[in-house]
Amino acid sequence: MAQNGNFYTATHLMAVTAGKVLKDNKSVFVGTGLPMIAAMFAQRTHAPNLLLIFEAGSIGPQMKTLPISVGDSRTGYRAISISTMHDNMSFSQAGWTDYGFLGGAELDKYGNLNTTYIGESWEKPKVRLPGSGGGNDVASLSHSFIIIIRQSKRNFVEKVTFITSPGYLDGPGAREKAGLPANSGPIKVITQLGVYGFDETTKIMKLETVHPGVSIEDIRNNCGFDINIPNNVPTTPIPTREEVKLLRELDPMGMAIGK
Amino acid sequence: MKILKEGTGELVGWHDPDENRAWMAKRSRAIVDKRMSLPDAVSKYVNDGDVIAMGGFGHIRVSMAGIFEMVRQKKRNLTMLGKTGVHDIDVMIGGGILSKIEVAYCFGHEMRGLSKCGRNAVESGRVKVISEISNAGHQWRFLGGMMGVPFIPTRTMLGSDTFRKSSAKVVEDPWTKKPICLVPSCNPDIVFIHVPRSDKYGNCQYDGYVVEDFELARAARTLIVTTEKIIDNEEIREKPWKTLIPGFFVDAVVEVKYGSHPCNMPGQYYFDEVAISEWLDMSKTDEGLQQWLDKYVFGVSNFEEYLELNGGEEKMKYLYELEHYRADLKAPWLDKKLGKKGGK
Repeated sequence: MAQNGNFYTATHLMAVTAGKVLKDNKSVFVGTGLPMIAAMFAQRTHAPNLLLIFEAGSIGPQMKTLPISVGDSRTGYRAISISTMHDNMSFSQAGWTDYGFLGGAELDKYGNLNTTYIGESWEKPKVRLPGSGGGNDVASLSHSFIIIIRQSKRNFVEKVTFITSPGYLDGPGAREKAGLPANSGPIKVITQLGVYGFDETTKIMKLETVHPGVSIEDIRNNCGFDINIPNNVPTTPIPTREEVKLLRELDPMGMAIGK
Repeated sequence: MKILKEGTGELVGWHDPDENRAWMAKRSRAIVDKRMSLPDAVSKYVNDGDVIAMGGFGHIRVSMAGIFEMVRQKKRNLTMLGKTGVHDIDVMIGGGILSKIEVAYCFGHEMRGLSKCGRNAVESGRVKVISEISNAGHQWRFLGGMMGVPFIPTRTMLGSDTFRKSSAKVVEDPWTKKPICLVPSCNPDIVFIHVPRSDKYGNCQYDGYVVEDFELARAARTLIVTTEKIIDNEEIREKPWKTLIPGFFVDAVVEVKYGSHPCNMPGQYYFDEVAISEWLDMSKTDEGLQQWLDKYVFGVSNFEEYLELNGGEEKMKYLYELEHYRADLKAPWLDKKLGKKGGK
């Protein structure tokens, strides 16, 4: 559904914005849903040589339409190889994967993500979530990763219940200290309200752009931690009509982008 | 090596490599006809309390036929290695055969949303999550099991709570002096793998989408293969490079055409989203779950009868067309999701 009389939705904006982060001739480890759309979008527009990698084995596909799963046969459409999880995870560990994509149920200011449980204890969770899947591997082994997530006071929290996938953990130097690959970590957070980066020194999330029609107050009201907001934040560029049309072609059923 | 940190998750499926070598030494290398019926294979090889893993990935190339038979035979107290398990784990939980799970990815159906059935079981304590791990970590546990070494070093999971609740350890790497994560090797008691084709000796050939079957088949202490079809040994020998599981790793071969339904068999049939939606809807409540089990598992005597209830050959023809982009996807769960959004 288009909002405010616009021809695009917040989901369209998130997908296109995420797609634009991906540079041509780079490699991206792709997860289910919007990340797939973003990567497919980038490949059909400014990044025709973007190398897509799937945990279940597909390498370099030129997918026709959105797969339902990161392992289904749609991920292998016009691929250059259908290899194995061991291969794709190993070469990511060896340094071949430039970008990863992650989402989550909770996020904190260091970009740590929770997809394991909500509630008092791990032993007896209030809500049991799916767990890491390949998420921790993407966060650990890619050179950088992009987070796509809807934000609210409830899920943008001071401290995540469980660090399923590591962001900058508890601050500068923490990833390296833990043994994670040097110079890795989250680079962007894309939400329905804005785009965030991470401060180079503090490793804390910092607002980079706000989406059209969104105020700084909206950002604050939908964030459970004290957010870093610089002066004069620019507005996120909106997608073109052609770009929205392309998203619909990539996901004709509306599985990830809605109808 | 200095141990820096130890995960507190329960260690399952780990064997001293010498003990495991002795087990592998006893297994037969004989080239014999390993075909048997699914009920026979399950009753002969699956024991209550076993540590079990399923080949394939998520809803892709999973031996659903094997799972239905274990539920039908009322196996109990299995420990599941939840290496991206979705419909498989759901039905195992719903069918009451699991008591513990090591979770990489469970209780979710990717684009389709969370599984109420799996969540209910964990949130109520009926099924216990005993440890967490990542997909790569899980798969490297099987790699270690395949290689006959006690662990595999990796740079994943470090610094996270996923590690803290895993059965891995962090040590100081003797070379770089940096922390490195060691995932304990894993040799599951029983593994089911569904393959495109096998001969009667268990030589299995693939057409891609192997995921982690290569490692899992070799790590397994007992391996049951269900196959879309049995082919002649001569066909295997014509293209031996297509064989990813040589028959000596295999204990039983069961021919089950469409044996992965409603999951995706790459090149042969796409997901049956109608059947998956029905499961997701019915398994939300205990009554619905029981009705589903009565209809599709206990109410039939084999996989063919189950398939008939889901539309039989005609449905499979449609799923073949769908796999090849020649039919439209019917997905009630999606209609529901979009309908809800539109209604706002």
